[in-house]
Order: sequence, then C-alpha cells, then structure tokens
Amino acid sequence: MWSMFFPFGRRRATEDRADEPVLDRRPLPLRRATGNRLAVIGFAMLIFFLLFSFVGPLVYRTNQDVISLVDANQPPSAAHLLGTDANGFDQLGRLMKGGQTSLEIGLFAAVVAVTIGTLWGTVAALSNKTVDSIMMRVVDVFLSVPFLFVVLILAVTFVPSVLSLSLVIGGFSWQVPARLVHSEVLILREQDFISAARIAGTPPWRLIIRHLVPNTLGVVIVNMTFQVADAILAVAYVGFLGFGLQFPDVDWGDMLSDGMQYMQAGYWWLVYPAGVCIVLTVVALNFIGDAARDATDVRLRHR
Amino acid sequence: MAPLLDVQNLSTSIKLTSSTVHAVDNVSLRVGKGETLGIVGESGCGKSVTGLSIMGLLPPGGAVTGGSIKLNGRELVGLQKEEVRRIRGNQIAMIFQDPLTSLDPTKTIGYQVAEPVRLHRNVSRKAALDRAVEVLGLAGVPQPRERLDNYPHQLSGGLRQRVMIAMALACEPELLIADEPTTALDVTIQAQILALLRDLKERLGMAILLITHDMGVVAGHTDRVCVMYAGQVVETSGVVPLFRETRHPYTRALLASIPRFRQGRENALPAIPGLPPDLSRPPRGCRFAARCFRATEKCRAEEPPLTGPTSAHRYSCWHPLNEPRTLAVSGVDVSGTTGTDLVAPDARSPRTADGIRTSATEHKPETATANGDREGPLLDLRNLVKEYPVGSNAVLRRNAARVKAVSDVSFSMPAGTTFGLVGESGCGKTTIGKMIVALERPDSGSVTFGGVDVAKLRRAELRRERRDLQLVFQDSHSSLDPRMRIGSIIAEPLHAQHWGSRQARRERVFELLAEVGLPKNTVERYPHEFSGGQRQRIGLARALSLNPRLIVLDEPVSALDVSIRAQMLNLMTRLQASHGLTYLVVSHDLTVVRHLADRIGVMYLGKLVEIGSGSDIYERPAHPYTAGLIAAIPLPSPAAEHAKKEPAITGELPSPVHPPSGCRFRTRCRFAQERCAVEEPEPRSFGPGHLAACHFPLRTATPPETTADFAG
Repeated sequence: MWSMFFPFGRRRATEDRADEPVLDRRPLPLRRATGNRLAVIGFAMLIFFLLFSFVGPLVYRTNQDVISLVDANQPPSAAHLLGTDANGFDQLGRLMKGGQTSLEIGLFAAVVAVTIGTLWGTVAALSNKTVDSIMMRVVDVFLSVPFLFVVLILAVTFVPSVLSLSLVIGGFSWQVPARLVHSEVLILREQDFISAARIAGTPPWRLIIRHLVPNTLGVVIVNMTFQVADAILAVAYVGFLGFGLQFPDVDWGDMLSDGMQYMQAGYWWLVYPAGVCIVLTVVALNFIGDAARDATDVRLRHR
Repeated sequence: MAPLLDVQNLSTSIKLTSSTVHAVDNVSLRVGKGETLGIVGESGCGKSVTGLSIMGLLPPGGAVTGGSIKLNGRELVGLQKEEVRRIRGNQIAMIFQDPLTSLDPTKTIGYQVAEPVRLHRNVSRKAALDRAVEVLGLAGVPQPRERLDNYPHQLSGGLRQRVMIAMALACEPELLIADEPTTALDVTIQAQILALLRDLKERLGMAILLITHDMGVVAGHTDRVCVMYAGQVVETSGVVPLFRETRHPYTRALLASIPRFRQGRENALPAIPGLPPDLSRPPRGCRFAARCFRATEKCRAEEPPLTGPTSAHRYSCWHPLNEPRTLAVSGVDVSGTTGTDLVAPDARSPRTADGIRTSATEHKPETATANGDREGPLLDLRNLVKEYPVGSNAVLRRNAARVKAVSDVSFSMPAGTTFGLVGESGCGKTTIGKMIVALERPDSGSVTFGGVDVAKLRRAELRRERRDLQLVFQDSHSSLDPRMRIGSIIAEPLHAQHWGSRQARRERVFELLAEVGLPKNTVERYPHEFSGGQRQRIGLARALSLNPRLIVLDEPVSALDVSIRAQMLNLMTRLQASHGLTYLVVSHDLTVVRHLADRIGVMYLGKLVEIGSGSDIYERPAHPYTAGLIAAIPLPSPAAEHAKKEPAITGELPSPVHPPSGCRFRTRCRFAQERCAVEEPEPRSFGPGHLAACHFPLRTATPPETTADFAG
C-alpha cells in the first residue's frame, strides 16, 4: 500500500553495485519517516487515539444512553475514572464516543476536501487558459467566504449529523489542495518526461493516470494529514459554539463547550480531558504531516 | 619568495545522513602572486570543495579535517568566524558558476557591488558607489553609472557574470577563486569573460585560482595546472609541460576523450571506461586504477605518492607515461606516445558500465533496408516559423510582443545521415527539434517526414507516425518519470503503440538494455539510482524501443563529464550504424556536432546562416558568425590558445523579440556595413552543398551573385 504512494528505493548510482541483485526495496520515504522521531511519536499518538475511541468502548463499557441525574457531576472515582458529566454519563466513556465522531468527521471531511481539490486542480491545470482562470478564481471566491459563518447558518437550518458536518467542512476546505495540485500539475506538465510520454504517443488519460497522479500524490498525502487536523479543529469550533452534533451524539468540541459552564464550579474533569484530546490529536497529525512532507520533498532527498 | 596561497595536505569531508564523503584528500597546492593556477577535473573530483575550503564556505556538514591553508603566511584553518569574514571578499574573492543565482534578485546591481566595499572599507555610501562604477567599468560593463540602478534580471547572462567579477574585484583581492566561471555561458561570451579575467589579472596583479572541467580553458588561461581525480591531485605542472609531457594516464585520457575538429567519426573516441569511485568509500591504492589501462597489482594495493623529477612537475602514478620503462607490463604497450591507445577503447574493458558491444552488432539494420528504396530526403523542413507570445496572459494583451524563436528555416536531410544544428542558446535550435517530433506545431511552414507533413497530421495519425520519430532529451533527470521503474519507462512507447504482448515487451526491454550497455536488473530500479550517463543511456533505449527512423538528439551529452561523454558519443555512433538511424543532433557544443554530424547547419537568432559538410564549416567557414563561433572554442592546446588574440565575437546576443533588421548578426559582426541593416542576405553557394547567407562572406561565392536555397 505504501509503496504505491512512495515507490522509492535508496540506491546510490555506483557502478560496482550495478550487477548486484536488488534486495532492499523498502521505500525510502517510509524508512525516512520511521527514522524521524517526531513522525514515530505522531503515528503512536494517532494510533492510540484511534484505539482509544474505537476499541476502548468495547473494553471499558459505560452507560451513554440513559440520563442519570443521581450520578451527575461526580469527581473521578474508581467507578468513574474521569468522573461524570451533568447528565450522569461517564466522562471517560463519553470521551471515547466523542473521539469516534471527531475522528470520523476529520477523516471524512479531509477525504472530501482532497478529492474535490485534486480533481479541480488537475482539471484546471490541464484546461485551456480561460477555463483555468475561471476555475481558479472560483477557488479564490470560496477562500474569501468566512467558513464558520456558513457552517453556523447551515447548522441552524439543517440538523447536523456526522455525514452532513463532514460534507460541509470538506466542501469548504478543498480550495487549498486545489491550489497545491494546480501548481504541481502546471510544473509537471512542462517536464520532459511528460513530453517524452507524448512523443511515445501516450494518450492523455494515460498521461494523467501514469504520470500526473503518481507525481502529485506526495503533495496530496501531506496536505491530507493537515486537512484531517484542520477538520477536527473545525468540528471542535462548531461544537464549542453549540452548533455541533445533536444530543446524545457528541464530539470533543461539544464536551468542551458543556464543560465550560462548570469551570467556576471547579469541575476540571469536564474541561481538560476533552481539550487535551483535541490538542494531542491535532499535534500528532501535524507531526505526521511534517514528516510526510520531508519524506516526499525531492529537494531534501539527498541530504 | 613565499607563495600567496599555500595549501598543505588539505583534507575536507562532508557528512551526510548515512555516510561521510571524503571530498578532498591530502591536497597540496600553491598559488604565487599574480599567477593563475588551474584546477581541472570531472564533477565530484573535489575541485569545487577545495575552493570552498579556502573560502571557508563549506556546505552544512562539511569541515576541514586536516592540513593547513596559508594566505600570505597566515593560517586560515581554525580562524574565528569574524576573522574569516574579514578576509573573505576582501583578500580572497570568489565568482561562481551560475551568475543568475549568485546575485540577489531583489537588490540593485549598484547596491550589490558596493556592498563589499562598505563592509570592508570604512567608506561612505557615495564613495562605495563610486568604487562600484569604477569596478563595473573594469569588468567591461558598458555605461556602468546607468547600470547601478538595474536589477539582475534586467541583464543578460554575460553581463551578470561581469557584475559578479566586479563584485569580486571591488576590494582589490589578492586572490580570486573562479569556480567554473564560464560553464553556464555561451561559447562566444565565454571567450569574452576569459579574456577579461586574463586582462584583469595582468592589470591588477591578482592571483587567480581557476576551477574548471574544460581542458581548453585550462590550456589558454592558466600558468600552472593541478589535475584532480577522486579528491586527490594526480598531476601538477606548468601548463605547457602538462600538455606536452603528460605523465598521468588520467590526464592523458581526459585529453584524448575530447573530440577534435580534424577528427571525423571514423574512429571511436578513446573513452575512459567506468565511473569515478564513490568517495564515501574510497578505494585502496591508486584511485584511478579501476579505470586505468596500465593498472597493475601494485596500483590496486599501494597509493602512489605525488612526486616527480622536478618540483615543478609532479604526478602520482606507479607507471607514468613517457618515462623509461621500469616495469614490464604484460600485454600492454607502455612506450605510448600516441596517446589514444593508452586508454581502453570502451569495447576492450570487461567490466565497464559501458559493456555495449553485446548485441548491437547482431542486430539487423532493418530500418535501413526498409528505407533504402525511398527517394528524396527523409526529412524536409520548409520555411518553418515559430513565435511565442511574451507574457502569460494572452487574453488581455492582444498585441503582445512575440519571441521570434524560429524565422523561416528550411533544410533537408537524407535517410541514414546525421545533421547537426549548432548555435548559441536562444537561437531556436531546440524549437526546431521539438517541431520535428511534433511536440510543437509550427506557425507556418512544413515538416515533411517520409512524404508526410507531420505538422498537419491529426491526432490518431500522428500517434502512428510517432513510431518513426523519437527524441532524446538534454536533461536526463527530468526526462525520466521519477516514480516509474526503468522497465516501465523504456516500455512506455511500446505500451502506447500497443506493441506486442506483455511478455514480448519485456523481452524487448531486456534487448534494449543490452544494446545500450546496462545490466538486466536495471528494469526494477528508479531513475534517481543512476548517474547522468546511465540515465542518458536509458533515454536512448526508450527512444530506440519502437525502431524509429529518425531520432532527434537534443544536447545529448552536454550534461555529462568528458570521459562519460566519449562513451555516449561512441554508443550513439555505433547504434546509428547498426540500426540505420537518421540523427538530428542539436547542440551548442561544436566539437560534439563535428564529431557526430555529416552535415551541419549553423543557426543565429532563429535563422540558419550557414550549412555545409563538417569540413566546410570547420575548415572553410564562409559566414563571419561561423568563423567567430569556431574561434571562440577553447582548444586543449596551450600554443593554439595563446595564439588567439581578441575574442572573435564581441557584444551580447540581441533580444529575439526585436531582432535586428536585415542580417540578424550585423550588430556583432565586424564586417557589417549599411547594406546589412537594410537588406536580408540570401543564401549563396560556396561549393557543393555549402551555403551561407552573408553579404560580405569570408570566401568568394561560387558562382557569385546567384542565390540558392538552404533546403536545396
């Protein structure tokens, strides 16, 4: 799977090795990424949060369905490791449930954004000048619309769900990958190897699949990790402002928002855990993104 | 007298993530006051790192690990940064290869030239600017005072290099390090810059350390020479003895692998087999042993010291050339004074990257027989015109200026021959190559290939026609998709043309690899794992895959080192013979074109100015531009270089947006008269197949006053 995205092997061009069989085919960027300590930390943290959110509830079973005001706002104890919230739900179990929706929305929104952006950018770059200009001006227009307002307006009209929130967030963050891919394809299409393929008689669709897409994947993957992080933050903003998912569904931003009411009361367990989860997940994704960028950057390859 | 610069046993290494490159190993050299020392060698031999070590400008991870560098008796190794900074740009100055990247694009010329003066001499802004005007004038920049407010992008490459030289001169340095100062420039500009450097050295009494890969530059512009190989000095002597009494086999091999004018392509060039060693793991013994035809067991075991009969001429070789024979070397002629046979012609070496001989000879020249019965030329270009609008937004600027890349060019070439197209950068030669393979469409005119006008073909027809028309690119790095394996890259044309089954394509790829001398396992690798020469072989294999009739070679060897270049040239000659190929060679390098081509066309600013056979062009040029171009080539012979006087062509290339009226060369031509500005010269005949377009040619036209046609 990885080698599809990063088909590199490290080999120095020395004559004496030319006759050796090729042994080590482990892709270079992957080795480089594992060699990067921050990347390892990032991956470890991300995997932790994925396990925590999706496997955690199977191990640590809690009531997240029935409101129990008797148990409301209890401090951490043996029965409730992180205490309970105003509805009497176990806070740790709730963090897991919120994590599920936050991560799902983050990933899904990023996929939506990157897919639209890549297609848009590639088509624009390969079109004639007029179409290209119009398409890229559309991107500029979208970039100048304040995204949060639109989400808030939509949230008032529609009932937000995981799917609709993802689509809205994704629909407002494809502009950056569109620009990235656009500039990348503009450079690539002037490269000699594209000319070489054209001289060989390669049809246009094959040019795109065999040459353009694989060569933009590096940029796209890097951007994707940052997109996930941004989408998780966006969900948190929306949730914090009270326009997030509907009760009993919850995300980390919602939890933060709910907990804020009790800041004066000293119910720290309602605020800090959710905040820490958001921060750490975003940090982990940014670490991975940085490492991926280093690994795919040709300019750094020979260092 | 103590030398100005005294480098003793300098070793420099550069740390990479996984290895350490010992770029310079135990190098000693001296530069006297007012002397020019040339450091010559191929890329990666440590010549630039030596220069950077002296300047204290090593890249990250680089450090001087041993030895001393003394300037005027003062030790530079281990100096505090502050003190180094005081010396750098003041006592030692440096000019770099690429004048485009070594000037700051956001600062004016005046600011940049005055900067070292203000840093090192405690003077006012005004005085510093006055000094800038003075040195710009010294460096031959016309109207220096008006130029002060220009930005680098407003100047041509040659002028930028003059500005760099002016910056270097600003503080009257005692030593100027010139690292490949003319490599990025056209040959006529190169001649001007080198003449300027020599003149400045004499006038200012400055010493120059000239780093170059070009034996011709060394021959004409240095007093003494150090030949470097794999991080070490292998031979050092005065410039005349180095060429006359060459001792080290590497030096001899370097000299021999340069194509000569008088040498046609009947004989293969003596190439140095193999590649230079990897300096992160330097070999034991003599570093050249693996590629040396005279190498013995001793060479592989023991490192030869740098000694010689006199301290003026020293060399590190156990079996130097031209010396009384001390060792009987079995099977090898050691008496060697002829030079060419001392280097393995590549077919004789058993272990080279160049093991080409395998199947090339068995291959039937099928294409040749297929085309043999055709009448007339294989390729015929008529009145080709190509212009590009300047500026990107064509929608808004309706009357935008246009670059006249190719203006009314016609020529033709019969099957099985090689046509060479030469000219300086921007003369339109690459555009013609692209139009022939239909990467670009001409604005007007026709490209007739085998009776079909390629420029008018529809897409599907063109795709079929592409089988016969292939291109080998100049930059082997960008012409291979970095994310594809070599096997897929070579098979791509086969795939696109639906050639054979998967298995047949695979077989074909192996066959092609063998023809260009690469091992089978190449198919699984990626382009970045190969050296420039190997990548160029891959490009050639790809071009050959469909058995084309015509291959356009766009600067096929200009990115390669001299020794690798000779391997490539031999390979191309051999493939042409075995496949009956027709070549169009596009190059700025006249020696390369001379070596490959049967007929040569000389281009200037989008126009063909002269056309003729190799000997017509090189021995009997009729157009002043051709003559000047040939005179500007640095020859690897000190005597010939010193005999040259002024640069033959002065001035800069005019803008192709507004080319001069009449004869486009007139602005740089010493014979130009009023008529040249008014009337465009028609081509006239100067012998069979020899035509030139000039009003005042260097030879008499035969018959005079009748015009002819280049396509004739």
